[in-house]
Amino acid sequence: MWNYEKRLQYPVKITQTNPKMAQVIISQFGGPDGELAASMRYLSQRYTMPYKEVTGTLTDIGTEELAHMEMICAIVCQLTKNLTPEELERSGFDKYYVDHTLALWPQSAGGVPWTATVFQSKGDPITDLHEDMAAEQKARTTYDNILRLVKDPEVADPIRFLREREIVHYQRFGESLRRVQEHLDCRNFYAFNPEFDTCK
Amino acid sequence: MADNRPCRRDLRHYIDVVSFAADDVKLFLDTHPDCREALEFFDDCQAKRALALKEYAKYYGPLTIDTADLSETDRWNWINEPWPWQEGGC
Repeated sequence: MWNYEKRLQYPVKITQTNPKMAQVIISQFGGPDGELAASMRYLSQRYTMPYKEVTGTLTDIGTEELAHMEMICAIVCQLTKNLTPEELERSGFDKYYVDHTLALWPQSAGGVPWTATVFQSKGDPITDLHEDMAAEQKARTTYDNILRLVKDPEVADPIRFLREREIVHYQRFGESLRRVQEHLDCRNFYAFNPEFDTCK
Repeated sequence: MADNRPCRRDLRHYIDVVSFAADDVKLFLDTHPDCREALEFFDDCQAKRALALKEYAKYYGPLTIDTADLSETDRWNWINEPWPWQEGGC
């Protein structure tokens, strides 16, 4: 069961609109390495994870990613507030606007709709944790790419916070992987799949 | 202490009941913010829920991060109890 807290994990207070930047940052909402995919990935994987520490990590990080999705949406929302038709046309945001007005919709910067095909829930802890660590790195690279384009410190500040969390999550997943490997045969980690096989 | 320990299943059921009542009346209040009866009901549910969650955490481990009580332990026990989709977890 989940409960909503009416606050952001880290404050977002952007006073200057910038639809062009919004078009780029929306990728971390509905893009291939975005926060929605991250959350769905971990929250899907956790049910069959046989080690409680790792289930806890997947649950807690999957939950935190929802809070990051909210921060990204808050950033996009504030960057596109009260836009005039002229501003929309000039910035190129008109192509998004025609389908969604100024509402939030999960898509990549290139306009590709969000899809579950950007992540896996494979049912094998080593496979899934490698995917999770790669996902955190891909998100970190995306934030680095965004930070090269952002000039406004009010935008860069929460983006830097989110980038930092990718690094912390990568660390926690790395520890989770080590824990999984400690439960397995050190000469052959793949001798059996602890999420499926019952005999060792 | 063991004698005063509340029945785990009963307490969990009670938490499920008052929590769902709070969820449902919360939804009703979003569209009926002036309904006096609903306001009182929410107040009542919320108080009962808070108390029960605290009680549960004391004997059986925390169900929410806000009721995690470390006063009598030096170990983080958030992950020790079964997950809600596992046997004994719901």
